[in-house]
Amino acid sequence: MSQPNLTPEASADRSLPKSRTGIEGLDEITGGGLPTGRPTLVCGTAGCGKSLLAIEFVVRGALIYGEPGVIMAFEERPEEISENVRSLGFDLDDLIARKQLVMDYVHVERDEIEETGEYDLEGLFVRLGYAIDSIGAKRVVLDTVEALFSGLSNHDILRAELRRLFRFLKDKGVTSIITSERGEGELTRHGLEEYVSDCVILLDHRVEHQLSTRRLRIVKYRGSVHGADEYPFIIDEHGFSVLPITSLGIDHHASASGERVSSGVPEIDNMLGGEGFFRGTTVLVSGTAGTGKTSLAASFARATCGAGERCLYLAFEESANQLTRNMRSIGIDLDPWIKQGLLRVHATRPSLSGLEAHLVQMHKLVKHFKPAAVIVDPISNLMAGASLLSTTSMLVRLVDFLKSQNVTAYFLSLTGHGANVEQTEVHVSSLVDTWMLVRDVELANRRTRALCVLKSRGMAHSADIRAFALTDRGVVVGAPFGEGENGGGPKRSALAYA
Amino acid sequence: MSLSVKDAPGPPGTIAADQMWELRLYVAGKSAKSLAAFANVRRLCEEHLAGRYTLVVIDLVETPQLAAGEQIFAIPTLVRTLPEPIRRVVGDLSNTEKALVGLQLRPRLKLMTEARP
Repeated sequence: MSQPNLTPEASADRSLPKSRTGIEGLDEITGGGLPTGRPTLVCGTAGCGKSLLAIEFVVRGALIYGEPGVIMAFEERPEEISENVRSLGFDLDDLIARKQLVMDYVHVERDEIEETGEYDLEGLFVRLGYAIDSIGAKRVVLDTVEALFSGLSNHDILRAELRRLFRFLKDKGVTSIITSERGEGELTRHGLEEYVSDCVILLDHRVEHQLSTRRLRIVKYRGSVHGADEYPFIIDEHGFSVLPITSLGIDHHASASGERVSSGVPEIDNMLGGEGFFRGTTVLVSGTAGTGKTSLAASFARATCGAGERCLYLAFEESANQLTRNMRSIGIDLDPWIKQGLLRVHATRPSLSGLEAHLVQMHKLVKHFKPAAVIVDPISNLMAGASLLSTTSMLVRLVDFLKSQNVTAYFLSLTGHGANVEQTEVHVSSLVDTWMLVRDVELANRRTRALCVLKSRGMAHSADIRAFALTDRGVVVGAPFGEGENGGGPKRSALAYA
Repeated sequence: MSLSVKDAPGPPGTIAADQMWELRLYVAGKSAKSLAAFANVRRLCEEHLAGRYTLVVIDLVETPQLAAGEQIFAIPTLVRTLPEPIRRVVGDLSNTEKALVGLQLRPRLKLMTEARP
C-alpha cells in the first residue's frame, strides 16, 4: 500500500507563494493552495466536478480571502452558473453587485463564424484584461477554454494564442484555473498541459460496484511538495471537499498521552488495566449478530458524554430514533445527551454512497463537530461492497485521521458476513489498539453472551473470558468463566475466535 | 439561418437590392491584420454595396468594454448588424471568396455539394 508522505508542515514551502482555495481538504494536500500569480490546469472527464472546483476557487477567494475574481465561461451562461451554485449557498449576483466578481460568457458557435485570413484572439485578451482591471481581480477561471477548438478551425493559431494567453495571465499576476476536458490516453484533449507547467490537477469519476467514486490527484506542482496519492472527494450541499490524508505514520503525537477514557462499563475498564482505553486510540469490537455490540457502544457514548465530551455516533443500521429507543430498553438513555448537543447520531444507509464518500463525510463531521469519540456502527457494512484493497487503505486513512485529531475511535464489526469482511477484519485488527470480541456461548442449554479482550496495546489487560448480560441497568459483566456460579463452564478454547 | 441557395448565382432572395448594410469592424490597435482587414472590407463594400452601406471601425484598445457585448474574441472580426440576422466574419478578409460568402454577398455555392453535419 502506498503511504502518503505528506505532512502539512513539511510542505509549507516558504519560497513559493500560494493562494488558498478555501476548499475543504484541497489546501492541505497542496500545502497551502495553488501557486499565486500562476495558472493551474484542472482536467477531468465530463461531470467530474472541475467547473465546480474552479468556481468555488473564485467564489471562496472573494468571500474568504477578499480577492475579487473573474469567471470566463465558454460553455455555460452566467445565469446557469449562478443557478447551479445557488444550492451551495453562493449568491453570485450579490458578489457581482459588490464588485467582487465579473462573469463573462464567451459564446463560440462554429455555425455563426466564417473564417477568412489571418486572425488572433486579441479580443479575448481585451475582454479578460478589461474584466480583471474593472474590479482588480486576483483570481481568474477559464472554463473550458477548449471550446474554442470546436468553434475555430485554425488550430495552429489557437495553440499559439493559448500559449500567449497563459503568459498573459502570468503577466497580469492573477492566480488562475483553466479547466480542460480529459483526452483519450492524455491529460487533456488538446495538449493544454504543455502550456501550463506550474500546477496540474486531475479529477476522476468512476463507478465501482454501482457506486460512484470521485478522486483527485495532483499530477504536478512545480517547486512544491505535494501529496502524490489519489484523494477521494465528494460534492455535497456545501460544495467540494477533499479527504486529505495527512499521514502521520506512527508518529501520532496525541496517542502517546497516556490519558485514559472509560469504556462505559466499569468491569470492562477493570479488564483494561483498571482504567479503560487510552484516549485517541482505536477500539474494535467484533462479534456476530445480536451479541450486544451496539449496547457496548451506547455505554461508551454515554460515558463520553457523561464526562462532558462530544461523541459522534455513525449509525449504518438504525435510525437515531431506533437507536435511542432500543437503548432505553436496557436502561441507557441517550436522549438527554442528544438534547445537550454532546451526542450526535448520524444515521445513513451504507449503500447510498461509496466507502470513500462515507469517509469524506465522516471527515467533515469530525472536523465540524469536533468530537472526543467517534463510534462507527458497524464498520463492516462499509466494507461489504468495496474491494479489500480499497477498504484497507481507506481504513488506514480513517484511523490515521482520527488519531491525528486525538479522537478515540470505537468501531463495531459484524462478523460472519463472508470472506471479504473476515479478511478485512484481519487487516483492521492490526490497525486497532484494542480489540474486543463478543459472542454467543451455549452453556447448560442457555445462550450467554461472552466477551474478552483479544489485545490492548500498551497496557496489561485481562485474559479472562467474561459472561455479560444486557439488563435494564445497561451492560453488566459477570465473573470470568470457570469461577462462581458458572463453575465448570466451557473451556476457553471453546470460545477462541474462529 | 442557413442561406437559401435556390436563386444562386444572383443575390440571395432574402436580401433586397436597396437594403442598407451596417457593418462594424472590430480591431485592436493598428496591427497589420487590422489594417489589412480594413482595406479589404472597404474594397468589398465599394465593389458590392456602393452607396448603401455604413462601416464603423471599433478599436477595442480604446473601448474594451464593447468586446463582451458583441461576443468578440477573435481580432479582426467583421460584424454585419444589418441586414439581419447578424453575421460574423473572423480574420483579415484576405480570402475574398470566403468573405463574400460569410457576409452573404454571395451564396455558399460550394456547400451545396458538401454534406451538412
